[in-house]
Amino acid sequence: MAVSQRALEATGLRGGPGRLERLQQWWEQEHVFGYGLILPALVLLTCLVAYPFGMAIYFSLSDYWVGSPGQFVGLNNYREILGNDVFRQTVQNSFVFTGCALTLKTVLGVWLAVLLARDVRFKRLLRGAVLLPWVIPTALSTLGWWWMFDSLYGVVNWTAIGLGIMSAPGPNWLGQANYAMAAVIVVNTWRGLPFFAITVLAGLMSIPREFYEAAEVDGASSRQRFWHVTLPLLKPVLAVVILFSTIFTFSDFNIVQILTRGGPMNTTHLFATLAYQIGLQGGNLGQGAAISLFLFPMLAMVVFLQLRYIRRD
Amino acid sequence: MASTASARARRLRAAMTYANLTPFVFFALFPFYFMFVTSFKRNAELYNLKAVPFWIQTGAITDHYDFLFRRTEFLTWMKNSLMVSVIAMSVSLVIAILAGYSLARLRYRGVGSFGTAVFITYLVPPTLLFLPLSQVVHWLGLSDSIWALVVTYPTFLVPFSTWLLMGYFRTVPREVEECALVDGASRMQTLVRIVLPMAVPGLVCAALFGFTLCWNEFIYALTFVSQSGNKTAVVGVTADLIRGDIYYWGSLMAGAVLASVPIVVIYVWFLDYYVSGLTTGAVKG
Repeated sequence: MAVSQRALEATGLRGGPGRLERLQQWWEQEHVFGYGLILPALVLLTCLVAYPFGMAIYFSLSDYWVGSPGQFVGLNNYREILGNDVFRQTVQNSFVFTGCALTLKTVLGVWLAVLLARDVRFKRLLRGAVLLPWVIPTALSTLGWWWMFDSLYGVVNWTAIGLGIMSAPGPNWLGQANYAMAAVIVVNTWRGLPFFAITVLAGLMSIPREFYEAAEVDGASSRQRFWHVTLPLLKPVLAVVILFSTIFTFSDFNIVQILTRGGPMNTTHLFATLAYQIGLQGGNLGQGAAISLFLFPMLAMVVFLQLRYIRRD
Repeated sequence: MASTASARARRLRAAMTYANLTPFVFFALFPFYFMFVTSFKRNAELYNLKAVPFWIQTGAITDHYDFLFRRTEFLTWMKNSLMVSVIAMSVSLVIAILAGYSLARLRYRGVGSFGTAVFITYLVPPTLLFLPLSQVVHWLGLSDSIWALVVTYPTFLVPFSTWLLMGYFRTVPREVEECALVDGASRMQTLVRIVLPMAVPGLVCAALFGFTLCWNEFIYALTFVSQSGNKTAVVGVTADLIRGDIYYWGSLMAGAVLASVPIVVIYVWFLDYYVSGLTTGAVKG
């Protein structure tokens, strides 16, 4: 009896480190370790991205105001929004803004990348200078643009009048519909151009020299080389960059919020600024959420295309 | 003869390149130059229609900066920005290192779909979620404090850093890891002592971008915090220096310049990391 008691104790004593060892062995398994490491990220993204996304959908289907959880109202918010002139204007603005800014960024970005890829002096300095607008806080640099676009004291009008491009008072840039849209497009292009240029530049660098040499031997002019060698080989890089930029241009907030706050007469409102105005400043969370959810189809399309592209690689 | 002709052609080509580049560089840098110059101008000169706006004519003054330090909570905003950025970036980096390693290197069921999920959240723009997140922050009892930002910034930092780090982890040769495991190192030891030292450029990159994204963030900081003393630099300057219809253009520009300084310093120091991170990670732009 006493012996077996001792033996039990002995195994019991060994049970302590044994359990720790077993835990360690369990943890060392590839799949357990893998799940363990991904867990913090998954918890975070579930709680603070997936769950709020579900909440946005719930808000958009309810009569939810700041401080008072409302009732389920079905598609009422969407119906109201779609019948609203300001919203329709916003849809149009968003497509004009995204279309123009993306076109400008793509064309100028490829052009700038081609220039930067040439054998120039101060290469690093030039790249550094060109990338700067992308690094500086957009909200702060937009303040600078705001001052530059000032109708009375702004440097844009001063220069344009001085050069004789515009007549005396000059346009009220941020107060007239088309000019205001042009202004926000210019600032978005200014801010996003470096991203295009530097990424496309990396794509250019990866094109083997032999392609150009072969084209040259075949007697292709530099323009032909650009259209028939450079551009087709840049397509994959351009596709990724344009897709990325589409979603982040479409959902832009900073530039419009600071430069025009959606005005004049809602002609520069984007989904994000309108959602901010109605959902936060107006307190109508239900409608605000419904408006910002209109960003979702664009997001879904970009995600779909990007994933297809990644998988094909 | 032929060589001088080709040399001339080359020189002409170079001149054309510089001539083409000049407008781009001017376009990129002029706003910064103009903000800088404006922040040192006297008000009388700012609002003088006849003055040439490109440089300072009636002497540089530091009144606008004085105003910033004496009459606003600028230093508090800077301190808030620094705290939020450093904490959020560090926490996100740790989470992203774990997740990135798991997704890049370990084989288990569902790893592919987890990777896709992280990639999708990477593409979700903050403007889609700011309304429900403001409520989440409220329920957590964090509204109107810098902790609201510390908690929410990882939502865009973690997916981005994970994606960036996965690329760097994949470049570490598998054999090195396997050797360590065979030698009796645990998996965690292998990650910390073998893989991380080989991925230092990636870590630096993720930290730099993380800090920059936090410092520059606008919509969450504008939405979740309303008390002036809890604002970040970017929101403090944009929101608190504009009072009604009176714009303090001089101090607005001074604030914009000073609040950009930390980013500019880091940027100049680590330029190459920014360029390589941009091209490997394909960052939001």
